[in-house]
Amino acid sequence: MVDVSLLFGQFLGGLTTAMFLFLIASGLSLVFGVMRVLNFAHGSFYMIGAYLAWQAVQWLAPLLHGFWLAALVAALGVALLGGLIERLLLRRIYGREELYQLLLTYALVLILGDAAKAIWGTQQLSVSRPPILSGGIEMLGVTLPAYNLFIMLIGVAIAVAGWLVLTRSPAGRMVRAAALDREMLGALGANVGALYTGMFVVSSFLAGLSGALVTPIQSIVPGMDVEIIVEAFIVVVIGGLGSFWGTFWGSVIYGQVLSFGILILPSFSLFSVFALMAVILIVRPWGLFGRPL
Amino acid sequence: MKRPPVTALVRRIPWTLIVFVAALTIPWIGSRYDTFLATQIAISALFAMSLNLLLGTTGLVSFGHVAYFGIGSYVCGILMKTYAMPFAIALPAAAVGAGLGALVFGFFCVRLTKIYFAMLTLAFSQIIWAICFKWNDVTGGDQGLPDVPYPDLAWMSSIPLLDGLRIGDQFYVLTLVLVMLSLAAIQRIITSPFGLMLTTIRENPERAASIGLNVRGYELAAFVIAGGFAGIAGALFGIFNRGVFADFVYWPKSAEVMIMTILGGIDHFWGPVVGAATLVLLNQEITSYTEYWPFALGSVLLVLLFVFPGGIVGGLTTGMAWLRRRWGGSVGA
Repeated sequence: MVDVSLLFGQFLGGLTTAMFLFLIASGLSLVFGVMRVLNFAHGSFYMIGAYLAWQAVQWLAPLLHGFWLAALVAALGVALLGGLIERLLLRRIYGREELYQLLLTYALVLILGDAAKAIWGTQQLSVSRPPILSGGIEMLGVTLPAYNLFIMLIGVAIAVAGWLVLTRSPAGRMVRAAALDREMLGALGANVGALYTGMFVVSSFLAGLSGALVTPIQSIVPGMDVEIIVEAFIVVVIGGLGSFWGTFWGSVIYGQVLSFGILILPSFSLFSVFALMAVILIVRPWGLFGRPL
Repeated sequence: MKRPPVTALVRRIPWTLIVFVAALTIPWIGSRYDTFLATQIAISALFAMSLNLLLGTTGLVSFGHVAYFGIGSYVCGILMKTYAMPFAIALPAAAVGAGLGALVFGFFCVRLTKIYFAMLTLAFSQIIWAICFKWNDVTGGDQGLPDVPYPDLAWMSSIPLLDGLRIGDQFYVLTLVLVMLSLAAIQRIITSPFGLMLTTIRENPERAASIGLNVRGYELAAFVIAGGFAGIAGALFGIFNRGVFADFVYWPKSAEVMIMTILGGIDHFWGPVVGAATLVLLNQEITSYTEYWPFALGSVLLVLLFVFPGGIVGGLTTGMAWLRRRWGGSVGA
């Protein structure tokens, strides 16, 4: 007899992981889709977002329990950082080989990782859950923390909002045009440089926001940057580099494989997600929902 | 055009031999610590050189080269520690094991290009990492394999001049000889017709294919050879480090060896060696007064990318050419 509530619990756990990863990977995927830059530093933006959120909570603590405000401050701070990095550094390497682009973003991983260590130290930091979401919800014999449900809803909301902006707004049309043919868009008089900066700021904002939102359920430690970026890579590779919905479904698949992989082969669930990434790359390098480049 | 006589003279000096002999004297003239650094440099140099067979020679951006280094370390470490095999069997086994791993993974990787190639190599290296990290019975899992024994080097004491050396120094001599032999082999490969084909593929894969070259086959061969040499470097490093750990295979290590290679310069044969030496020495200097080595490494990388994209050797060559043009009359010609 299969235990339904156990399976349902795994399913919900996988879904929470998935929506978290979607928040992170969506920004990574947008930047790759438009700028063709695979940003290793995206994980570092996520980590900085988490630290900034913790810092803002400390500062706000005497006044109010300001988790939401802190999350917003963190996301905006990371967005600003991303904008500066795009203007000062990334801008100079768009035309160069991918090797140099990979290494530039990797240099940022090293620098930002150490900067975070210098500012916030190496001990684990954590943020308590906002009181309004401290409870849980009972479903099919499984108690789902309200915060996890909130994360799922945020993930879905970002997916729908992103999709609406990309397909229904003038800005979204520009982004899609830039993804297809950057030079032609420039020749038509669009300001491609500003568009790139904007994309990178939005992507950094999403990374910073997801970093801030992870703090109530995961402690903040050095090394979370290099760990998360590989997971985000797996997600965007499964879905298709640069494909927005692909990233969404890629996250869902990743979450479920990890979650049920733990049930079947406890010590090899890590292995299973990397194997999944490899299989997708071998069979359909452009991912389940992407187009061949 | 007649080459300036000074340059011709400089070129006739057997630099490789001089460097080799100079490196060989380190245990006698330097401290124990110098030998330690020199061993690390020699092993890193071989690892970087094996990567450059892909990066510089064939134009393949592998972001998972550490996988083959790791396979070599684990194969050699497991054979020597768990099964008490002699080094003479463990080392070739490490090279063959890493080469086989590269053959299986490379078979799939060479079907992809550019960013997808880089991602697939990364995925495979993470698979190896996950196995090493979790397969407790064989790899020791997160505890790794501590206390990998030194090879039996008693025979060295019977050679005049080499007697009286400490075991660490003897291992350095062995490492240096093995690394030099490997580098010589790599140089033969690069300058052979096979190596020239690899360069052709780097320059223009479409044209290479259209003249009838089996591009994937050549790329796979390069991948396997590079993997095998990385395996030798890994085997030596596991012994040098007195243990093999899953950290060896974690993806940032792939970035590290890539930085080494590019720092030296991917367009020159000796580039990766110069890069490895520079990075190891820089690491020692910087970590002696601050723990923020990654920050320094990142900054070095930024300067490299924006100011010296050709690496140290590339920068020197450009500088020399500029000097020669500037003072063409006084230097020679």
